[in-house]
Amino acid sequence: MTDITMAAGYRPGTSDTEIEAAAQARIRRRKQTVLFWQIAILVLLLGLWELASDMNWIDPFFYASPSAVVARLQDWALNGTTEGSLWYNLGVTMEEALIGFVTGSVAGVVVGIGLGRNQMLSDIFSVYIKAVNSIPRVVLAPIFIMIMGLGLASKVALAFVMVFFVVFANAFQGVREADRDMIANARILGASNWQVTRTVVIPSAMSWIFASLHVSFGFAIIGAIVGEFVGARFGIGQLISIAKGTFDAAGMFAAIVLVMVVTLAAEYVMTLIENRLAKWRPQQSLDTH
Amino acid sequence: MAASQGREPAIELINVTRRFVSPTGKSLTALADFNMTVERGEFVAVVGPTGCGKSTTLNLVTGLARPSAGEVRLMGGPVNGIDPRVGFAFQKDALFPWKNVIDNVMAGPLFRGRSRSEAEKSAKDWLARVGLSKFLHHYPHQLSGGMRKRVALAQTFINEPEILLMDEPFSALDVQTRTVMHEELLKLWAERQASVVFVTHDLEEAVALADKVYVLTAGPATVKSVYRIDLPRPRVVSEIRYEQAFIDYCKTIWEDLRQEVETSYRRASEAA
Repeated sequence: MTDITMAAGYRPGTSDTEIEAAAQARIRRRKQTVLFWQIAILVLLLGLWELASDMNWIDPFFYASPSAVVARLQDWALNGTTEGSLWYNLGVTMEEALIGFVTGSVAGVVVGIGLGRNQMLSDIFSVYIKAVNSIPRVVLAPIFIMIMGLGLASKVALAFVMVFFVVFANAFQGVREADRDMIANARILGASNWQVTRTVVIPSAMSWIFASLHVSFGFAIIGAIVGEFVGARFGIGQLISIAKGTFDAAGMFAAIVLVMVVTLAAEYVMTLIENRLAKWRPQQSLDTH
Repeated sequence: MAASQGREPAIELINVTRRFVSPTGKSLTALADFNMTVERGEFVAVVGPTGCGKSTTLNLVTGLARPSAGEVRLMGGPVNGIDPRVGFAFQKDALFPWKNVIDNVMAGPLFRGRSRSEAEKSAKDWLARVGLSKFLHHYPHQLSGGMRKRVALAQTFINEPEILLMDEPFSALDVQTRTVMHEELLKLWAERQASVVFVTHDLEEAVALADKVYVLTAGPATVKSVYRIDLPRPRVVSEIRYEQAFIDYCKTIWEDLRQEVETSYRRASEAA
């Protein structure tokens, strides 16, 4: 076989297939190395925590340990919490966060695009938006709970305001960044104002909006949980609050782990949706890494 | 131009002045007492120094901008907003990057309320004419600069504009691709017989393509002189540049243009 490659003028190991095979092997090795270190660091950190706790280097009463956290999660999952089933509590928090996230981001996108497309409105309202935006959102929690009670509405309202401003700001900026020539092109091709908004402005703002959606799902969870801290009957925040009251460190960490897992899962789903919608964007080539 | 006898010109700019007022209230005159006439089916090129207001003339014709004084007339009537008979080719890429090639070309007919199947049929037809039938479902970022320009031409031509405005459409292309695009444009123009205003800073491009070349002064722009280019059609752009008549036109017009370029350059360096 070698004389064929020689005849084509290649030195051994320099034909296209060989170079590609070598490159693919290199890419695979790199992925494996990354994965190995990711897992190794996790195992190391958890191991250290467990060890430090077992050896009493840190006080297990305050710092718990991975095994205690796992045991607590197992107990909650199988026997339920003091406030009823774990899944019910998780469901309550997710419901609050999701409703707040969806309403907040829809409102943020609509208002952002509306003001972004209308110079007059944005000049008038910008001062109010700045003023309201300067309020740290969590201080609204007591007010919402006072007005709307301990139930769903107050947590949704808090999650809503947490999400709204982030999404609004990005949607507004995205609309402003829409290419002038592209808008002029659409108008000359015959687009009405609404068609320009729908086919040019919204798609070009989409990457800005998605960037904000990634962060703001986390914000919606913060809104829901802070709301539950301040006053609720059910929910993960309420579990953490009770755990705090009973000096149950493992319970607090268990709740944190739960929230972490759920948020990561939501983030993953969002990335999938984004990749589907953004298939028109150039792929990064390997050389840019 | 026997065919245009007895009909109003496609485009008339009559004593047009265009001022821009900055947000702080300072005024800048881009065009002053500007006069231009484009007959039906005529190919007019506009050359002038950088930043003299060439593009402003085009925006006045599209209706995207209004004259501060004077009058702009299309086919004998006044300009009221964006005219559906106008097509525009941009300097930069103005394709929609989130739409694939065929959806980009279909945009015009769909905006104008034609049915999807009708739009698709005519988009396929235009893409075949610019040689892109194999790339219907590619996205703009997957195409070369020359192919993107072809898509842009198809996108503009599908609306069958009677007036075609082009703002340095090929300036970002390399020299070979540009020559190919010139041929392509002249072919499409010969089929359609639209009236064209082609803005460029490249004098040879202007002479090779146009029936008439307008030379503008350094800003505020007025018409300095108009040259009629009597080179026979159909022209082969890749070869025409070696003909003596072509070279003579370029020399004469360049003598005229050079003073304005120098003025504009001097002002720019004084301002810096």
